[in-house]
Amino acid sequence: MSAEPRLVEVRKNVLRQNDVVARALREQYRQAGVFVVSLVSSPGAGKTAFLEKTLTLLHANSRVAALVGDLATENDAARLARSMAPVRQIITGTVCHLEAAMVQNALQGWDLSQLDFLFVENVGNLVCPSSYDLGENLRLVLLSVTEGEDKPLKYPTIFNSADVAIITKMDLAAAVEFDEQAAYRNVHAVRPGMSILKLSSKSGEGVQAFLDFLGEQRSRCRRTTEAAAWTAT
Amino acid sequence: MHELSIAMSIVEMAEEEAAARGSARVHAVHLRLGPLSGVVKEALLSSFEMACAASPLEGSQLVIEEVPIMVFCSTCQAARRVASLQWMCCPECGAPSQDVLQGKELEITALELSE
Repeated sequence: MSAEPRLVEVRKNVLRQNDVVARALREQYRQAGVFVVSLVSSPGAGKTAFLEKTLTLLHANSRVAALVGDLATENDAARLARSMAPVRQIITGTVCHLEAAMVQNALQGWDLSQLDFLFVENVGNLVCPSSYDLGENLRLVLLSVTEGEDKPLKYPTIFNSADVAIITKMDLAAAVEFDEQAAYRNVHAVRPGMSILKLSSKSGEGVQAFLDFLGEQRSRCRRTTEAAAWTAT
Repeated sequence: MHELSIAMSIVEMAEEEAAARGSARVHAVHLRLGPLSGVVKEALLSSFEMACAASPLEGSQLVIEEVPIMVFCSTCQAARRVASLQWMCCPECGAPSQDVLQGKELEITALELSE
């Protein structure tokens, strides 16, 4: 015979475990002085091409590395290795997103203090990655011109979880009659004030502006960290 | 579809909490869910049923309280409930706001337990 159930108050964040690891990663990045950028998008939006271009250009003057997540194959890591930057593949199996612990495992053995930038490419998915903090300093959401201007309205949560929107494949904009204004309007409807950059990894248009933006973001992050350290002492 | 792994975490956490309180049975798990959590209610409900099967929580209910998105409107200087995920603006003055006060919740708030 069982007694009447009693209601017991509990306050538990379901993703607490992930958040704890993400917080530890963030602290690890801060101490190492590395600026960590993650990328999310639908499959085929051009994450890998964008990353290959970025790594190749940054590699000339900065110390860069990347982690790439996919359900299967090491194709992306092989492709990115052409940039000459250290790259590791995270194979998630059936998991449709990266979690902080996967990033932590993949980073084992890497001396982060030897890096200026670390890129983390998530699995191509506009839904699940939005729930998981990876401890990154900056989250980019990529939207290619071929996907349609209303992508942000269809997947508002991922746009809301990101810091910057990158419109890719601008070299195809005219061919697909991409409505830039509508895209900007839709991004800002779901995430007011979000920074938007547009570029083409193929033609190189807009890539330098992105690299400059990235440099500024890194300096700003360092200044904030130093100011916080100064205040603490 | 990451709801199943989330449902499994919920089951695991509920089991731990129940064990810590010396309870043998979990009748229900109460959860607060915000639209910005990236978790879909219907998918979570069916995943919860699957995650409970053949576990000590078999037959227990997931009671979801949906939490609306609230932002701070700097024009009105007030907390406001936004009309939709697709329009993160103050419903009174129309000013856009990125200052999200509530809506990312994915948390267990209570358990219904018995000995």
